[in-house]
Amino acid sequence: MSEAAVEKALDQKMNTVPLKMIGKDVSVYYGEKRALFDVNLNIRENTVTALIGPSGCGKSTFLRTLNRMNDTIENCRVTGRITLDEDDIYDPSIDVVELRARVGMVFQKPNPFPKSIYENVSYGPRIHGLARSKADFDEVVETSLQKAGLWNEVKDRLQEPGTGLSGGQQQRLCIARAVAVSPEVILMDEPCSALDPIATAKVEELIHELRANFTIVIVTHSMQQAARVSQRTAMFHLGNLVEENDTDKMFTNPDDQRTQDYIMGRFG
Amino acid sequence: MSTHITSIYDEELKYLTRRISEMGGLAEQMVADSVRALVNSDLALAQKVISDDTILDDAERQIGEKAIVTIAKRQPMAADLREIMGSIRIAADLERVGDLGKNTAKRVIAVAGSGIPRKLARGLEHLAELALVQLKEVLDVYASRSPEKANSIRERDEEIDAIYTSLFRELLTYMMEDPRNITPCTHLLFCAKNIERIGDHATNIAETIYYMATGAQPQGERPKDDMTSTLGSVTD
Repeated sequence: MSEAAVEKALDQKMNTVPLKMIGKDVSVYYGEKRALFDVNLNIRENTVTALIGPSGCGKSTFLRTLNRMNDTIENCRVTGRITLDEDDIYDPSIDVVELRARVGMVFQKPNPFPKSIYENVSYGPRIHGLARSKADFDEVVETSLQKAGLWNEVKDRLQEPGTGLSGGQQQRLCIARAVAVSPEVILMDEPCSALDPIATAKVEELIHELRANFTIVIVTHSMQQAARVSQRTAMFHLGNLVEENDTDKMFTNPDDQRTQDYIMGRFG
Repeated sequence: MSTHITSIYDEELKYLTRRISEMGGLAEQMVADSVRALVNSDLALAQKVISDDTILDDAERQIGEKAIVTIAKRQPMAADLREIMGSIRIAADLERVGDLGKNTAKRVIAVAGSGIPRKLARGLEHLAELALVQLKEVLDVYASRSPEKANSIRERDEEIDAIYTSLFRELLTYMMEDPRNITPCTHLLFCAKNIERIGDHATNIAETIYYMATGAQPQGERPKDDMTSTLGSVTD
């Protein structure tokens, strides 16, 4: 097979990845101010999708529409349609608590509950009724911490407070907490911006492993991080989706001039 | 193209561009001098070409080092990354061009005094003129970064190959006529090959520029008219 044919086959393979979430004509308003303009962006299953763009471009706003975190903001209005599998997540019949169990979230600043490591992880399964016996809880805590790459570091001090861990460990604890309720999608809002390079590398390694079982959407200010962890990248600018592309293409030869200027650190 | 937010980054990229242009100028000069030294049996000029080669070698090393430091510091993306990778490749091609000029210069001593037939010298000069035009134009394209012009240079290497093939035939004829011609003609054959290789490096550089400008590799096979690899075989 010629090189071009191989590339075409790979493209086709990429294009046949099932879509986990579909955003159609998504607009967001904060009161009178419009923050997103008719964004059409699909999230592919078992793929890491990175959202990049300058501050205030709407990338975090879009991320938050995916599990209705914007509901908590007064005056915030979302139009358009977002589906998770076949379900319209803004349909009035949707239970938001259940939605957020299916679409979990990890924030910029590690925010463990002021409780033990064990309780941090078991809390979600408890309120969602996913575990009953002590043995069930023990198992979900262990597997979640293992998936988050934290088990070996904390297995002997599960009863100690989660807030006593280092920043990087706290962030991985938050990832374990998100993973514990077996979500389908994990949203990450600048998960490494408060971490040192070693803790960042561990979280990136984790993202790479989690991809096998989860669909991940990550907002990041670090272009290098987007290039390292994602397979698809979406570039936002002034509330518009400017370009969505394979990550490898995006960072070597983007189609849009605004993407080019942004990732190269040039004046637009 | 718009400038970087960090102005020193622009300076670093400009440094690479400037050094490449300097290398290009020197490489051109060396090739022209080497052929002139050969045709005129000018040993002093040949010696100058040989010693100039170290300047080119140093320049290539410095460009490579600067490129590595820039990559480490800036983590370049997209066109910037292609620009820096392109600089490394072009510097390597130009360094090779210098080596080829030097190799021709070294043969001046061996050929001097054996009386190169005027016709052969003329052929070599013509070959060198074409290769130098290629080199000069590709350096102009480097300054303009025009992918269209880069592509047109790539298509013109054919002409050099054709002349090289005809020189090859002529040299064979001289050698067959008189075995005493074999030594000088073999040297001249290497010189012709050196010059022909310069055309190939110019083509390489054109392809690199095309990639730097567009992010895509030039399409299609590179045109070839160098038949010497089968010349003189039984089937010829």
